[in-house]
Order: sequence, then structure tokens, then C-alpha cells
Amino acid sequence: MKQLRIFIRKEFAHVLRDRKTLLILFGMPVVQILIFGFALTNEVKNSKILVVDHARDIASQQLVAQIEASRYFEIEKTAWNQQQIERGFHEGQIKMAIVIPVNFGQELMHQNDVQVQLIADASDPNLATTLINYASSVIQDYQLQVNETTKIPYRIIPETRMLYNPQLKGAHNFVPGVMALVLMLVCVMMTAVSIVKEKEAGTMEILLVSPFKPILVILSKAIPYLLLSLVNVTSILLLSVFLLDLPVHGSIVLLFAESTLFIITCLSLGIFISVKTDSQQTAMLISLMGMLLPTILFSGFMFPIENMPVPLQILTNIIPAKWYYIIVKSIMIKGLGIASIWKETLILAGITVFLLVISIKSFKIRLA
Amino acid sequence: MLQYYMNTTEPMSTRITPPAIVADNLTKVYGAEKTTAVNAVSFMVERGELFGLIGPDGAGKTSIFRMLTTLLLPDGGNALVDGHDIVKDYQQIRHTVGYMPGKFSLYPDLTIAENLNFFATVFNTTIEENYHLIKDIYVQLERFKDRRAGKLSGGMKQKLALCCALIHKPTVLFLDEPTTGVDPVSRKEFWEMLKRLKEQNITILVSTPYMDEATLCDRIALMQQGSILAIDTPDAIIKSYPDILYAIRAEKMPALLKVLGTSNTVATSYAFGEYAHATFKEHIHQEQDIVSMLQYAGMDNIEVKRIQPTIEDCFIKLLHA
Repeated sequence: MKQLRIFIRKEFAHVLRDRKTLLILFGMPVVQILIFGFALTNEVKNSKILVVDHARDIASQQLVAQIEASRYFEIEKTAWNQQQIERGFHEGQIKMAIVIPVNFGQELMHQNDVQVQLIADASDPNLATTLINYASSVIQDYQLQVNETTKIPYRIIPETRMLYNPQLKGAHNFVPGVMALVLMLVCVMMTAVSIVKEKEAGTMEILLVSPFKPILVILSKAIPYLLLSLVNVTSILLLSVFLLDLPVHGSIVLLFAESTLFIITCLSLGIFISVKTDSQQTAMLISLMGMLLPTILFSGFMFPIENMPVPLQILTNIIPAKWYYIIVKSIMIKGLGIASIWKETLILAGITVFLLVISIKSFKIRLA
Repeated sequence: MLQYYMNTTEPMSTRITPPAIVADNLTKVYGAEKTTAVNAVSFMVERGELFGLIGPDGAGKTSIFRMLTTLLLPDGGNALVDGHDIVKDYQQIRHTVGYMPGKFSLYPDLTIAENLNFFATVFNTTIEENYHLIKDIYVQLERFKDRRAGKLSGGMKQKLALCCALIHKPTVLFLDEPTTGVDPVSRKEFWEMLKRLKEQNITILVSTPYMDEATLCDRIALMQQGSILAIDTPDAIIKSYPDILYAIRAEKMPALLKVLGTSNTVATSYAFGEYAHATFKEHIHQEQDIVSMLQYAGMDNIEVKRIQPTIEDCFIKLLHA
């Protein structure tokens, strides 16, 4: 027991005395939260548009004002002819153009039938679709306002409600993703590198030729990173609550328990990589390419799994981060308890046990 | 020899204590190309002996060390360390031996005291318990004890590594090239420390590529390409040198070496420091004969003297035998 204690203390000394490691360990979660929270976002905000208002009557002014008032659009300029639209798209200044016909107000009031043209830059198809949808809904809103007095027969009014995330904030999506990402990075890479470092330095030789059991070497490598990762989880949660206004709706205890399970998964992966590699560079490369990339691609954090071809969908099932991501989202955002996520937890636990057994079994008691 | 120790039915206590190391046809083959690093090596090290494996890089010294310290499995043959089988009883061996690998192998970001304390604890002991063993060495380090190991000089690092390998009072101490990359003064000090450890009845197996260190061992094994060329005391190896050896110097050394290399009276010749070492075929018996032969070949300021062969001369002789 005393051996284990001093070994763990040594591991902490390695981490705390190395500025670079410290920076990666504690700087990364903060930086990622900040980057995802404020810089990178796939929400559509303030898209520049061009308005060609041929009517210039009260109705058209009202419509344009309404469009400008929404947070999705920002009117770059108002133009008078079609050529300017084309130039705007060519120069990349605008993402969408709205063309309002002559006699807009009159036709709207008297003929009950008027057309507004929406032209979007579909080189980014998702953005174009989103913009057209937003614009259409603004126009529909305006129409409803105008027709408030006159009842149109046989109307269906969709009453929408955005559950769990009524303000459609991106943070709800990325905080669980960043947690999975950071834990994957810290646990897998740091453990793998710290074990391989001992191999490179030759200290592993001395440790093997000692009464210290190899299983204890693994344990004393894993425990410090488990604790440090829990510190990371805490700091990410604090940042998301106080900086991004994203409260944890479910049980904090459950969230930490599930995080611990996922950290152990990652630690086992790190140990496995360290067994199979002999240099820090290789260990780092494998951790980054082999672990981080699948996490980003296949956890459902960046790209919806439902949109993938079936073989890839099946593949995502073996990515531990996918299950952790679902679990964290359920607890943090939906406020669900263990009753709703026991299946995901069980799968994650299964993967963990499998990896742990494999990495401990493959840990060599000799050099070759 | 190994069979005797392995098959004996006598209980341990009634038998004389087994030798510290018994290697029996140890063989190690690496990789897909089947490179033989150690080729059927057999030797025995008595208790309390300072035994040296002497040979250039690639002679197989490190592989032998790793097999004896249970880090590698032999591909042929077997060995006993402290009476324990290196394959079956690897755990017992790991409890009792001390090992200092070739390259500096302590934690550079821990201080001297932390390193020593760490290894003491890993080996289930404390610095205080065996302080007497390392005292002579540790006093030289003590005033730097809060300095990080990575910031020490080569000689100091070696002393610290030796302390760490000694702290649990090992029965057998394995030192793989402990003086490589260490300055001459520190090397000398290091060997003096080994002599003192021997007095504590610790068996030491040491390897070195420096031939001049061979005479400091009780017995040595000269190694080349995975095989042992000779095992004996340094004196006996020197005495067994069959020829009369001359050290020769002249004004133009490159020319002298060329003359010696092409002359049909010369048996062997090679550069050795500022002299050339040479042995001659039977009809040359006198130093004067050599001088006249060289004068005839156009050499000036010739100096010829008969000398004691060194271990290196013996090694070269064995290589060409």
C-alpha cells in the first residue's frame, strides 16, 4: 500500500512539474469550451442579405423591417436591380437576396395573392435551406399579422415547442461533446504517453526488475489521471453553468459516476496503446488519429448518426464516446435519471470491462 | 553444471550455497532475420565475485543482462541467478537482485532524494535501513539532494543510479555499462566504489566496452559477436598471450604502420595509442633485428621495446585466432 502511495505521488510530481503537460491538462478544457461556446458555432446568426424592393410601399417597408428585426438576418444593402444581386453573390458579400415585386402592398391587400422571391447561395446547402426556412417563417408571420382581422377558412397553424432547449442554444449540444472529447484526449493520450515515457527512459526496466507487481504499475498510472480527469469534468461543468448559462438538470452524482466509468474506458484504451507502442510520438499519434478522430466523427457530436450509411451507423456502436455523449445529454439537458439510460450505461460498462481485461492481459511482464 | 543444481534432491540448507550466477548455453535470437545476439554462452559467477563482461558494442552483453534479470526470455539454454531459474522463478529473482540499465534510467524530473526514496519504497525498504551500503557514495550527492536528477553531471547520475540499485541490499548487482559516457575521474571513483561493495559480499556482474577496466575485475569474459572468447582472471588471460609483443614508434607513424603491414616477417601489427604493437615470426628474436629491418625500410628515430600485453592485445589476438 505504501508502495502504491509513493508511486501515485511520483506520478503527480511528473504532471505538476511539467508545464506543458499542465497546460494541456487544464488549459484544454477551458480553451475548448471557449472556442465551441463563442467562436465555432453552427447556429445561423446575422447572415448578410440583400433586399431589392421594387414596391417601396408601406407593406414592403413593414416586411423588410420585420426581416431586419430578426436575429438571423442583417441587411447588407438595398438594391434596385437584378444585376446587383448577382454581383453580391459573386463577391460573396451576401448569402441571400429578397426580391419584392412592384405593387406589393396593393396586390397583398386586394388580390390575396402576391409573390416574394427568395434567392439563396446554395454552395453551402445546409445554410441555404436554413436561411430560406427562416425567411419564409418571417414572411408567414407578417402575413398572419396583416390578416389578423380577416379570417382565412381551413387554416392549420403549427404550434411548435422546442423541448429541453427552447432557445435552440448550441451549448446544449456541444458541452457534452466537449466533455467526451476532453476526457478522451486527456485520459487516452496522457496515460499512453506517461507509460511509454517510462519505457523510453528505461525506468520501466528497473520497475519490472523489482518486487513491484506490473498490475500495480498500471494502477498507479491510472489513478492520478482518473483524479485529474474528474477535476476536468468539474471545471467543464462550472464553465458551462456559469459562463454559458447551461444548468445541469439531472443528478450531479449520476453525472460524475457515468463520467468516472467513461474515464476508466479511456484509461484502459491508453494503457492498451502504451503496451503496443515504444515511442512517445507513436503513442501520441495513435491516440490522436485512432481515438480522437473517431470520437469527433462517430459520436454524434458533430455529425448526426442518423444521416450516416447503415454500415457506419453500426460502426458507431463500438465508439465509447457515442454512449457517453448520449448519457451526458440525457442527464444534463433532459434531466433524466438512471432508469432512462441504464441501457447505454450497460453498453459502456461492457466496453470498459472488455478493454480493461485486454489491456491488463496484454501488459508485458518482460521487455519483449 | 546447471543440471547439477537443478536436479539435486538435497534440501537447500544442507547444500553449499549455489553460485550467484550460473549461465548454461544461454542463447538469444532476435527478429525475423534470426540475428543471433547471444550464442550458447556459459559461465559461472561465484558469490562475492566481481565479474566483468568485456566486449565492444554488439557483443551481446546487454542481452545477457536482460536475460539474467528476467527481462528477456532466452531462446535456448537456461540460467540460475541466486539459485533461481530465470524463467520459472522470475519473481524471486526480481525480489533479490539489483539492476542498473545501460542508459541513465532514473526520473529526471524528480530530485535525488525523491528518486532514492521512490526506489527504496518500491523495493519494500527505506533509505535508513540500508544507509550503510550507500553511505560512501551518497555523501557525495547529499548536498545536492534537492536538485533534479536531470540536472546532474554524467558521473553524478551514475552514482545516483548505483545508490538506487543498491538501496535494497541486493544479493547480485547487475551493472550494464555503468561507466559509458562518464569522465575518466568519475570512472576511477566508480570502480573504487565497486571494490568496496565487493567487501560487503555483494556479487557484481558488470559489463564494459573499456578494455582498461577489465583488470579491475576478479574474473572477466571477453566477448565478441555473442560468443565468449575467453574466461579467466585478467592476469591469467595476459599470461596466456602466446607471443612476444613489441611496441614500436618511428617519426612517420603512417609509413611505419604500412611497412609493418606489408613486411613478411611481421605476424600481426596494429596502431595502439602513440605506438604500433606488433608480433613477429620466429626468426626475429632481438629488438636490434627489428630496428635494422625498419631502418632498411627507411624509417627514422625508431624506438622498439618489448612490452607486457594488455587485455586489449589479448582480445585482438583472440579475435584473429
